[in-house]
Amino acid sequence: MDFPIFLIQCLNAVQYGLLLFLVAAGLTLIFGIMGVINLAHGSFYMIGAYMAYALGPVVASTIGGGFLMTLVVGTVLAVIIGYILEWVFYSYLYDRDHLQQVLMTYGLILVFEELRSLIVGDDVHGVKVPDFLSGSIPLGELMTYPHYRLFVSAVCLVLVGAMFYVFTRTRLGMMIRAGSSNREMVQSLGIDITFLYRIVFAAGFALAALAGMVAAPISSVYPGMGNSVLIICFVVVVIGGIGSIKGALVAALLMGFIDTFGKVLLPEAAGVLVYLAMAVILLWKPNGLFKAG
Amino acid sequence: MSRTAILFHVLFFTALLLYPLLGGGDYALDLLTKIVIYAILALSLELLVGTTGLVCFGQAAFFGIGAYAAVILSGEEGAASLLWLMPASILIAAAYALFVGALSLRTSGVYFIMVTLAFAQMAYFVVHDTPLGGGTDGIYLYFRPTFGPLDFDKPLTLYLFSLGALIAVFLFLAMLLNSRFGRALSGIRINEQRMRGTGFTTFPYKLAAFTISGGIAGLAGFLFAVKDGFVNPELLGWHLSGAALVMIILGGLGQLSGAMTGAFAFMLLQEFYKSDAVFGSFAKHWHLGLGLTIILAVALLPRGLVQLPSLIGRRLTGASLLSGGSLGSSEGAK
Repeated sequence: MDFPIFLIQCLNAVQYGLLLFLVAAGLTLIFGIMGVINLAHGSFYMIGAYMAYALGPVVASTIGGGFLMTLVVGTVLAVIIGYILEWVFYSYLYDRDHLQQVLMTYGLILVFEELRSLIVGDDVHGVKVPDFLSGSIPLGELMTYPHYRLFVSAVCLVLVGAMFYVFTRTRLGMMIRAGSSNREMVQSLGIDITFLYRIVFAAGFALAALAGMVAAPISSVYPGMGNSVLIICFVVVVIGGIGSIKGALVAALLMGFIDTFGKVLLPEAAGVLVYLAMAVILLWKPNGLFKAG
Repeated sequence: MSRTAILFHVLFFTALLLYPLLGGGDYALDLLTKIVIYAILALSLELLVGTTGLVCFGQAAFFGIGAYAAVILSGEEGAASLLWLMPASILIAAAYALFVGALSLRTSGVYFIMVTLAFAQMAYFVVHDTPLGGGTDGIYLYFRPTFGPLDFDKPLTLYLFSLGALIAVFLFLAMLLNSRFGRALSGIRINEQRMRGTGFTTFPYKLAAFTISGGIAGLAGFLFAVKDGFVNPELLGWHLSGAALVMIILGGLGQLSGAMTGAFAFMLLQEFYKSDAVFGSFAKHWHLGLGLTIILAVALLPRGLVQLPSLIGRRLTGASLLSGGSLGSSEGAK
């Protein structure tokens, strides 16, 4: 493998890892703070991707503005949907055991997939890369790297930075961290935990949907796209340590590299490598790389 | 087991045995065979979830491995004997369960759920991506296995054989749960810490339960492969693992009858939502109805269908619906 190819694979790995992180962050937060296993999280990613496909023309004709405007509108919509979902479905799950959470969110996956099929249909769709990002930069003599993938990485990096800022530097972040370690105590200190949960859930939904939206031009949108992401995000969350944002970031990047380089170096075994890595890491540290907190 | 429970099971199995006399046609018999096979899968999961308290989200892997083992070992030259093919399929599924259990039982709670799911996905990708499993299209079973005078090409023979397997598995599990081993598993579910305190090394017990459960799921998979004459990666997919969990929870955890009732209810529900007669062209969106039903079931019947009789009874006598033990600590039908 010569250097330009190596560099391209590294960039791809980072970009994929960061995308995984956006989805996994919501998953790990919703678990860490509310104690809910959300199987439907992959569906949120799917909903985001379909929003990028379906909203684009609508946004262009009503508000005007291109891809970036679609992202903004989609994110706002996602926050609203997430807020309502938490209110209608998830708020009933906090006191239930894990098994029932698994069951209800499994039911939600079926519902989301069918609604998608009813509204948009079952065809595979491509989403066009916006014009101003359609170029690519040369790497070496023959290779190029598309601008859009750099844009995806940049968006993810900004979000990662924003998340860490909110988490470690703001009052809201402080409340979220406190809420994840002791629900009752936070409540008795006068913090509206119900509202806090709703915000965290809506944010988790929006992050997954946003990941789906920015990924849509690269991966195209297709039925069942949420499921593969869900499973790999489970792996990320487990390896990183459930509830740990830092762990999710490290694990997501690790998975990005393993998956990308696995596909190049060992194409036959690529699908299995990620799970093998998980097995090895769990043998070494049964509770993930980073303790939650 | 109480007298009513014994009566229920005798009636249940007798009804299934006598069903072919009604002559409901090939489609109904095929569906019933499928349900019986899924009931075996549900029983295998019940041993883990309902008895031992281990929520395994990868049961389909053992089911699928049993099915693939049956097809791959049987070969293309001629019919294999059931006498070695069935035990071999069960053993291979159990061996994978032993491997997965040895690793995943180091974790607990949510980690366990996710890790079993991930290991099932690993098996899924092995059959999906490698030449071993024939890719997305799956592989055909060229010859159904032979066993003495039995001809498994006849749907009725296969149905009765599957039913026999279900009854055998049920009796085996009923005996197992009443043994010292079964009591230890219940103890682990209720309070593992205390079990350790009383001197049980719990890990081997859990691993044994996991392996047995994998073997039973492998048996179900074997029967499924023989029934369909065809296997594909979806048999290992996490949708089936989820469906198996739905079955046992729908039926009611903590009792073997719950797992079987759940398998029946789930499959019949699925048939109902799939039927063109009821839903017309909307029938192809049957997932929607199924999903909504599951959500409603979780919201309204947290302890499953077996809870219905007592729920109605309490409604009639006016007793509080909220009294009674919580899900995790219910002792089951003893």
